[in-house]
Amino acid sequence: MKLAFQLAYRNLMGAGLRTWLNASVLTFTFLMIIFFNGLMDGWNEQAKRDTTEWEYGFGHLTNAKFDPFDPFTLKDGNGVLQSKQHTELTPVLLQQASIYPQGRLFPVIMKGIDVDQKTLTLPTEKLKASNAEFPIMIGAQMAESSKLKTGDEILIRWRDSHGTFDAASATIVHVFKTNVPTVDRGQIWIPIKKMWEITGLENHATYYIASEKYVNTKAQGWIYENQDELLSTITELIETKKVGSSIMYILLLIIALLAIFDTQVLSVFRRQKEIGTYIALGMTRLQVVTLFTVEGSMYSLFAMVLGSIIGIPLMWYLAETGIAYPLDATQDIGIAISDRIFPVFGLQLIFGTIALIIISATIVSFLPARRIAKLNPVDALKGKMQ
Amino acid sequence: MEEKIITLENVVKRFPVGDGEFTALKDINLEFERGEFAGLVGPSGSGKTTLLNIIGSLDSPTEGHASVLGKNIAELSHKQSAMLRNMHIGFIFQVYNLLPVYTVFENIEFALILQNIPATERKKAVMESLEWVGLADMAQKKPDKLSGGEGQRVAIARAMVKKPEILLADEPTANLDAENAHIILQTMKDLNRELNTTFLFSTHDEKVMGYLDRIIHLRDGYIEKDEIIQHKTQKS
Repeated sequence: MKLAFQLAYRNLMGAGLRTWLNASVLTFTFLMIIFFNGLMDGWNEQAKRDTTEWEYGFGHLTNAKFDPFDPFTLKDGNGVLQSKQHTELTPVLLQQASIYPQGRLFPVIMKGIDVDQKTLTLPTEKLKASNAEFPIMIGAQMAESSKLKTGDEILIRWRDSHGTFDAASATIVHVFKTNVPTVDRGQIWIPIKKMWEITGLENHATYYIASEKYVNTKAQGWIYENQDELLSTITELIETKKVGSSIMYILLLIIALLAIFDTQVLSVFRRQKEIGTYIALGMTRLQVVTLFTVEGSMYSLFAMVLGSIIGIPLMWYLAETGIAYPLDATQDIGIAISDRIFPVFGLQLIFGTIALIIISATIVSFLPARRIAKLNPVDALKGKMQ
Repeated sequence: MEEKIITLENVVKRFPVGDGEFTALKDINLEFERGEFAGLVGPSGSGKTTLLNIIGSLDSPTEGHASVLGKNIAELSHKQSAMLRNMHIGFIFQVYNLLPVYTVFENIEFALILQNIPATERKKAVMESLEWVGLADMAQKKPDKLSGGEGQRVAIARAMVKKPEILLADEPTANLDAENAHIILQTMKDLNRELNTTFLFSTHDEKVMGYLDRIIHLRDGYIEKDEIIQHKTQKS
């Protein structure tokens, strides 16, 4: 094997431009795979971190009647938790409502939250500090879409616990900026005590947000999902996006491997006399097959070297400074996405990609080289191989 | 010169051609002793190269028995025949067959790399063989920068660097002018004397015949004549 590497290195160096063209295509593919996966991993980590900080906390204890994917459960999907751990749980009560900014009807989900909570980054202290009769806060995307701003007065209409419509004028006391659209778009946040008061659902909650110290105990009528279970949706969504984007770099990889395959097929065909000479000089056919296979797989090693020279500073820079995402693009994604994503280039990703490239380059090099094993050296010396 | 290192008994070689067969060698019986400087002479298609290929274990006889250095060629595995060529047989080809991406030095060194000889010994042996053929100053040149004569001298150095017991040369002077052909042949003759290597040529070049100690005339796969030459005009 050492001999094969030694000779393959000489042959590839001697082949000059052809070697570097193949290695360059493979390098580009190698970097693209690492870059896109790193970007996705960075997004995944950022999305999980932001969603945990802004929405999930350390888990949700949700009323069993509430289904987040069924708006008809909003009205009755709540209850009062009989628990001794209330200090470790932040209640959130959800109800449907409508607001009328500039006279336009705007359906929203009204979310009442304990203004003293410390589990989420949500700035509930702004609600607490306000002197307004009916303080509400909204996210920047909600403000943008409804054309509202801090200090605006809007009419809110909702149904109370008896199903009776009620309405009041509310003041926007704060517009917060978040990367998490599920606490922003189509939602208004109000103090939970105000919520209880206007809906008549005293001490009710749709779900509770668990703090770090919360220990789950079985509560009748409530379902607990820990942080990992809540985040699995994001992971699955990003994995799906990864698969989608992987089509592009699989195509790139196929092109690079085709270039190697093509080179190897041509090599075996054009270098027949050389193959015959190797055998005449005393190499076994297996040694020649190994030599040609190693030559092909060595493109991938050259790609690793080139990729390291180009990729390490480039990816270090990207990981440090992040990649800007235009706000317009981030608004339609549906999960938390920052206006700047910091790619994460983990060892698993890097070594996994290296293994993928080396193994696939070795396989496509071996396929044409197999023919050498069946080769008659006399025909090879005459250049008569078919 | 009594040790028989090549023995061919009733050797027949047939090749498939279309639906039939072509018989390239017919009932060949030959013996070669260590240190011989012999040639297979005959027109194209007479079976010279086929016979060299069998002796070089690149091919095997269809019938008969071919023994080289005590090894039955027909019974050797790919690995064993590779080992035989690697350790004991050198080849020189009509078109030199130098490896194009290697330098002169690397081309010659290649044969020693296959024998797992350490780098320092390789370097010494390569330079020594380059001096034999008078190309010590061309070690770092690539084959495409060499003239025909120089290329063939490099091929001789590559074949001789491992000091083989048998050297098989297939039309070694066919692409050379008279002056280069004489240089090459004189080099080989000197090496034959110095190292007692058995040289076996295939040729139809008159220039070569003048150097041979034994000429085997082949025609249509038969041995037409096997003559020992008493040199009166040996060149030096």
